[in-house]
Amino acid sequence: MRALVTHRLAALAPVAAIIVALPAFFPSAYYYRVAALVLIFALAAVGLNLLMGFAGQVSLGHAGFLGIGGYVVAIGPTYFALPSWLCIVGGAVVSGVVAFVVGRPILRLKGHYLAVATLGFGVLVAIVLTNEAAWTGGPDGMSVPRLVLFEWRVRGSDTWYWVAGASFLVGAVLALNLIDSPTGRALRAIHDSEIASSVLAIDVARKKLTVFVVSAVYASVAGSYLALFNGHVTPDIAGFLRSIELVAMVVLGGMGSIAGSLVGAAVIVVLPQTLTALHDYEHMVLGLLLMVFMIFLRRGVVPSLAALAGRPA
Amino acid sequence: MAEFLQFFFSGLTVGAIYALVALGFTLIYNASDVINFAQGEFVMLGGMTTVFLGLAGVPLPLAALVAVIATVAVGLALHRFAIEPARGASAVTLIMITIGASIFLRGAAQVVFDKRFHGLPHLFGTEPIRLGGAAILPQSLVVLVGAACVVVLLWLFIDRTLLGKAVIATAANRLAARLVGINTGRIVGLSFAVSAAIGAVAGLLVTPIALTSYDVGTLLALKGFAAAMLGGIGSALGAVVGGLLLGMFEAFSAGYVSSKYKDAVAFLVILAVLFAMPQGLLGRGRVERV
Amino acid sequence: MATLKSAVAMGAAAVAALIVGGSPAAAQIKIGAVLSVTGPASFLGDPEKKTLEIYVEDINAKGGVNGQKLQLVVYDDGGDANNARTFATRLVDQDKIAAMVGGTTTGSTLAMIPVFEEAQIPFISLAGAIQIIEPVRKWVFKTPHTDKMACEKIFADLKRRNLTTIAMISGTEAFSKSMRDQCAAVAPKMGITIAHEESYGPRDSDMTPQLTNIKGKAGVQAVVNPGFGQGPAIVTRNYRQIGITLPLYQSHGVASKQFIELAGPAAEGVRLPAAGLLVADKLADNDPQKSVVVNYSRTYQQKTGQAVSTFGGHAYDGLMILVQAMQRAKSADKAKVRDEIEKTKGYVGTGGIVNMSPTDHMGLDLSAFRMLEIKNGDWTLVP
Repeated sequence: MRALVTHRLAALAPVAAIIVALPAFFPSAYYYRVAALVLIFALAAVGLNLLMGFAGQVSLGHAGFLGIGGYVVAIGPTYFALPSWLCIVGGAVVSGVVAFVVGRPILRLKGHYLAVATLGFGVLVAIVLTNEAAWTGGPDGMSVPRLVLFEWRVRGSDTWYWVAGASFLVGAVLALNLIDSPTGRALRAIHDSEIASSVLAIDVARKKLTVFVVSAVYASVAGSYLALFNGHVTPDIAGFLRSIELVAMVVLGGMGSIAGSLVGAAVIVVLPQTLTALHDYEHMVLGLLLMVFMIFLRRGVVPSLAALAGRPA
Repeated sequence: MAEFLQFFFSGLTVGAIYALVALGFTLIYNASDVINFAQGEFVMLGGMTTVFLGLAGVPLPLAALVAVIATVAVGLALHRFAIEPARGASAVTLIMITIGASIFLRGAAQVVFDKRFHGLPHLFGTEPIRLGGAAILPQSLVVLVGAACVVVLLWLFIDRTLLGKAVIATAANRLAARLVGINTGRIVGLSFAVSAAIGAVAGLLVTPIALTSYDVGTLLALKGFAAAMLGGIGSALGAVVGGLLLGMFEAFSAGYVSSKYKDAVAFLVILAVLFAMPQGLLGRGRVERV
Repeated sequence: MATLKSAVAMGAAAVAALIVGGSPAAAQIKIGAVLSVTGPASFLGDPEKKTLEIYVEDINAKGGVNGQKLQLVVYDDGGDANNARTFATRLVDQDKIAAMVGGTTTGSTLAMIPVFEEAQIPFISLAGAIQIIEPVRKWVFKTPHTDKMACEKIFADLKRRNLTTIAMISGTEAFSKSMRDQCAAVAPKMGITIAHEESYGPRDSDMTPQLTNIKGKAGVQAVVNPGFGQGPAIVTRNYRQIGITLPLYQSHGVASKQFIELAGPAAEGVRLPAAGLLVADKLADNDPQKSVVVNYSRTYQQKTGQAVSTFGGHAYDGLMILVQAMQRAKSADKAKVRDEIEKTKGYVGTGGIVNMSPTDHMGLDLSAFRMLEIKNGDWTLVP
């Protein structure tokens, strides 16, 4: 038992060390901001990784949950005078419920049918957020009151870096625990073969729904953080391009690798920052990168590197 | 009555556009099981290339021809450099590749063309045809006829030529097709080329009505795909039926219900179809291998 | 002899380099610009970027500002507010800019405002919505006319033609939605009744269902279309296609030659509010804006090969107001420049004549808008 625990969390120790040590190299708040964004998106990517990497499902509309989390944390304090931290939880609950309701019919589909159904869901969320302007401020978005925890205003890129870092680590630990639990093993069995799993008396539909709800909650919390960090939220948080970015993070970093989610998020978030000299060609580079990785490094960065080093990811 | 007729004409106009785009998805899917998200970009390339060649002084018919050829070249390149190397990959990987390709092509279009919107002259003038108190543009009929022609040509190709049979064989069982001597790689490449041609022609015919810009591809692809799913992906006739139906849904909901959520109609349709009858109206049911 | 000469020359060059390198006058003034050069707002952001680049180069060629050259740092937010904010942070923390001209869309502007307010850096926005300057924020200004003004101008013209009941058909994206909201708010105060409303998506290809509903609504005397991009061109064509003869008003966002080209003969008789920039050649010779707009149009057309755009004009005004404020302040000090921007009086720009004040951080009034009508395929001024 002990050995299992130490082994499982040991994978995270270097990640935690990096998160703690990195700020020593940050010359300005801008670096804190980019790093905080990486950690926030990595949190969402971890959730999506559970769904795609371990359970083998696909979601091209996951940004819809980012959007739900982001807007609940905007609407709650603005219209209902609810405290922001409660709305983070509230957003997670709403996302979980939506995922539960939508997940049942959607998860019966497979392959590209599933991909397109999730795409449709994501786009519908974005459309609702854009059109219900009375609640959401419409296409220009709405401002988000700052998070206040026990009289302490959470603001500033450096504060958010630590908040996001801690949340990511907690999320990663929970994810690793889930993977090594009976549910996690069932998910991996489902990934390999749904028919065989059901023969083994695994309630396939229920397990898939569970992981879908879990991944929705991760995305929702990340979305709430994003909105609170920026102090402003717009409907493109839930857009199709955002969903593609999330999938790219999971796939680039490595499906089935928690550390990979962090790497993938880092690549996708930092890339536009480094390509500014080539801003006219930014989309071309992004598209090219996506294609190249999908063709040649299909397993993602971390598993490929791990394979090179001769160790499992 | 005039109102109803106008909504019907609008549905026909928009539906014909979706039908042409949906037809492009069908062939590639039939040959290789790949959902090509870059199909919208083929439509964009057809329209934009023609516009820019025209602006550069090339006579429009020649510009159109060159545009179609150029788009076919892009389709072949997409197959050769992006899809072929990833043969055997999972459905998700292939979808991501085509999405990457679509982002790449859109980025390239921004640089090569420009960021404004453009139009092309209508083939038979802009004077609308008036029927029963409603008006429809001649170009809408051109698009419809175009879609019908493509369906007929596709049917002739698949049913009456050896090459067409090879496509069916490749789609049914790739390994078996190779065993009987079919060069499946070339067949899939051919399907990309023809789909690109269909997309480019769609762009040409549709631009006079819908205008074009470097980013028309995304939404067109999504809606065209919804239409293909509705009609049954894999069926050419289904693509047309699906396209027209989707156009009608949109027009009638905008007219009778509310125009605010018109865009949502396409996606609601996708979800409804996928939940209730994934194989669509005219599609063949898929046999799930254990 | 040769070696001595070259030694003296090198020595002189070294001394000169020391003087030039050592003196503060060599430092450049950094101006930041976060624009939506790609993405859904690229139609606005692209001319803005081109304009800023052309004129920064032009100003530097003429000696710069206060003896210092300007350095333009442009970032592309792709129309995404989150990216805009990240680039804003980068401009403040990494590039250490002295001032910012940018923010193509209202969404990105609103996301960036807190960054510049906190860093106390003057921010001249290029977006249209009135929330940017109402409530007035100390460090935030803007150059484009607000959509509220566009509505007021249209409604005033309607009243002059004795038309009081209208229908509106608007796009669902940010620009159109914002203008539609303002028109709805302003209408009752100006005695205009909005009898019916419809909307369309920015990429829609056929608006005849919506227009049919408008046509069927009794009592409608005119139609207003808050929109921008390709939508209004299609709306205008559909309008004539189904035979509506009521007066049609477009928004200021549509003001470009392309609209007339694409709408074709259907554009005849369409009216819209626009800045003098669009009818540069038709302005009276004694019009104060004439020389500014004619010069800008010619330069932009020459350097980019594209027809002039209202949005590029806003970027021009933003840059010039900033530069003139720096010249009056005789420094690039952020607080002094901010004060001088606020004191801008009588600046003649492409958008109109700007008179700012502590309570008005935009400085344009209704006279900045001209009412234009399309006749024979060209713009004409409505007297």
